[in-house]
Amino acid sequence: MTNKAYESYYVPSQSHWPIVGAVALFLIAVGAGNYVTDLANETSGYGGYILLAGIALVIYMLVGWFSDVINESLTGKYSHQMDNSFKQGMSWFIFSEVMFFAAFFGALLYLRVFSVPWLGGAGNNVETGAVLWPDFIAQWPLLKTPDGTTTTAMGWYGLPLLNTVLLLSSSITAHFAHSALIKNNRKALKAWLGITIMLGLAFMGFQVLEYAHGYSEEMRLYLTSGVYGNSFYLLTGFHGMHVTLGCIMLIVMWFRVLKGHFTPKNHFAFQAASWYWHFVDVVWVMLFVFVYIL
Amino acid sequence: MTTDVIAQDSHDEHHDDHKMTGLKRWLYTTNHKDIGTLYLWFAFIMLLTGGALAMVIRAELFQPGLQFVEPDFFNQLTTVHGLIMVFGAIMPAFTGFANWMIPMMIGAPDMAMPRMNNWSFWILPFAFAILLSSFFMESGAPNFGWTFYAPLSTTYSNGSTAFFVFAVHIMGISSIMGAINIVVTIMNLRAPGMTYMKMPLFVWTFFITAYLLIAVMPVLAGVVTMLLTDTYFGTSFFDAAGGGDPVMFQHIFWFFGHPEVYIMILPAFGIVSTTIPAFSRKRLFGYSSMVYATSSIALLSFIVWAHHMFTTGMPLFGELFFMYCTMLIAVPTGVKVFNWVATMWKGALTFETPMLFSIAFVILFTIGGFSGLMLAMTPVDFQYHDTYFVVAHFHYVLVTGSLFSLYAGAYYWLPKWTGHMYNDALSKWHFWCSLISVNLLFFPMHFLGLAGMPRRIPDYALQFADFNKWVSIGGFAFGLSQLIFLAAVIKCIRGGEKAPAKPWDGAIGLEWTVASPAPYHTFSTPPPQKDIDNANQHEH
Repeated sequence: MTNKAYESYYVPSQSHWPIVGAVALFLIAVGAGNYVTDLANETSGYGGYILLAGIALVIYMLVGWFSDVINESLTGKYSHQMDNSFKQGMSWFIFSEVMFFAAFFGALLYLRVFSVPWLGGAGNNVETGAVLWPDFIAQWPLLKTPDGTTTTAMGWYGLPLLNTVLLLSSSITAHFAHSALIKNNRKALKAWLGITIMLGLAFMGFQVLEYAHGYSEEMRLYLTSGVYGNSFYLLTGFHGMHVTLGCIMLIVMWFRVLKGHFTPKNHFAFQAASWYWHFVDVVWVMLFVFVYIL
Repeated sequence: MTTDVIAQDSHDEHHDDHKMTGLKRWLYTTNHKDIGTLYLWFAFIMLLTGGALAMVIRAELFQPGLQFVEPDFFNQLTTVHGLIMVFGAIMPAFTGFANWMIPMMIGAPDMAMPRMNNWSFWILPFAFAILLSSFFMESGAPNFGWTFYAPLSTTYSNGSTAFFVFAVHIMGISSIMGAINIVVTIMNLRAPGMTYMKMPLFVWTFFITAYLLIAVMPVLAGVVTMLLTDTYFGTSFFDAAGGGDPVMFQHIFWFFGHPEVYIMILPAFGIVSTTIPAFSRKRLFGYSSMVYATSSIALLSFIVWAHHMFTTGMPLFGELFFMYCTMLIAVPTGVKVFNWVATMWKGALTFETPMLFSIAFVILFTIGGFSGLMLAMTPVDFQYHDTYFVVAHFHYVLVTGSLFSLYAGAYYWLPKWTGHMYNDALSKWHFWCSLISVNLLFFPMHFLGLAGMPRRIPDYALQFADFNKWVSIGGFAFGLSQLIFLAAVIKCIRGGEKAPAKPWDGAIGLEWTVASPAPYHTFSTPPPQKDIDNANQHEH
């Protein structure tokens, strides 16, 4: 970086999008807060509407903000250094997402290694086991909680295995799409990106089916079914939300490809979406191992 | 030199320099100086708000018995006081310093992502509006302590917990975006020739702090989410009846919480590592060791969390492990304290207000560090846990540590920010009133704690009455002393002696190569290599 000729760094002029986004987040928080509180008190209120208004405003903000950024990019305002800022920013954002999942994986580990065995009397907790719930049997998946809620475990074969195959393949096709973009093969780019999106959507569809199966009378695996159900639904649920977000990113990229955006050298947004997609894929592999198989 | 830079700025065509006026300027701004100013004002308003809550607490504790508030409201006060001071005052104040100073110190035109920078700030006031509005809800504000331990925050929480959770989510989003911006700015926007080991130590400490933020704020988001589902959606992460464990809450919380306390002190190290050399007219002693010490503290912060939980019945191995790791932190921290003292050694010292606050920082923060060492000893902690000794400890590191460093930094850079010198007499009054009252406020708490007075209780046994009276008097005096700072700042903004580009003869750093007040845009083109070499903090 020392001997390079100086490129100017684009500092945008004032923008109203951040404050729109701030109001949107405020509406989401107030709406969600009211909605959840009403749910708990079994009352009805405006929370849901405020929440929806907030979400609509966030979408409006994102569309507007990203349009500005895309226009700036297309009109050549961004330097190589700017591109690096975006790349580093996206990498650290993904790292923060990794840490978010780490909290839930950490919780899962703690439940499996410490809390459930301890409730069964492991370690120096013989008294705890004997006094509190003498009949409790420590096992994982925890099919019967200390207070007697029973459930069944989701197997790893069938839908989860299929979903693993789908998501792993989609990571490969996303990579093919990226290679095609670098080789400037627009036809292959459109095809591979399209296939990636299809695989992602199929994953989401099967995930919904799996949830329906979990909530069926046959399985009775609910969010409230003790820590097994809790960790199952929170981990797969947050992963599912991230897949949804990743899918939306890819779809936006597909439309941008159709409009002729991106060049073999300049395609940060595509790269970011593809990184994000690989990230949700890796999280799924971890999920498949620690939530389903082990 | 100064004129050159200004001349370059005026030739710059890439900036849209028409500042909007009025409210729109502040709402839409993408300028790191404007955003820094917003952060600093917001933090100061929050400091006064949190301080007002503390005054009510001290009024209640002025004498034994219940005087002014109900016990439940007392709990709300301690909770919101803590949340506001941590997330609303100290953290945003440091982010304000980062915004103002980092681009100028590394010769960058602005922060790497200026619009996101605006967003990071503007979501904060909304988050605190939500948090504070819960005081006016039927259920009252959160009442489970700023650490929101389950089951106090789940089974036994009041009706405003959902608002608390979503407010914390927004604060977390703000911190993560702010931290990403700081990391990327430092990694990518340093002027050519400004290598990592030539960066001012101030920049290094914020760099490391930002990494800590990116690593642990998402964990906080995770734990409040589990708390939300436990409270409202029937999960049992923290409930043994469903297979969970309330102690798991503490593990996840403190995995965030311990790095968090270093998030609030590492930037303070950066500030005094700037001011002490300036007023000692020497280079910083042991620059490289400072960098490595800061990094070591940051790394160690991830493996000490359970020292907050010695009394939860952890296995013995856990208690020993966390005790030794915690004590290990005293080593790099000691390196820092010795380096500051060695910087002053044989220096040509003068005692301007920033230096006074910095010296007070070194001494009083060290007291807080020593009480921390005492708390690190597991068997001793069994005695001190949840007493006023802990309150004394963390207020020494956070008030006479973090807050004093912020004052040192504010007086040091006010001439650069406003173009005027602050009123010396007012600032000295602020310093001496604060110094005396803060010790009256927090020092006796050590004795109260050792004698067994528990924290977070609105009433106490009669034998604690005398000390509590003095603590409360110290508290009111300290609170009121901060209004002197407000007066000094307003006076400084509105006028005063014109500040030269470099008002402190011992100061080094690129920020002193530009005019005072700093032009709206600085370093649109990188500073000359000579300036970067001069800004080097290494001893020669």
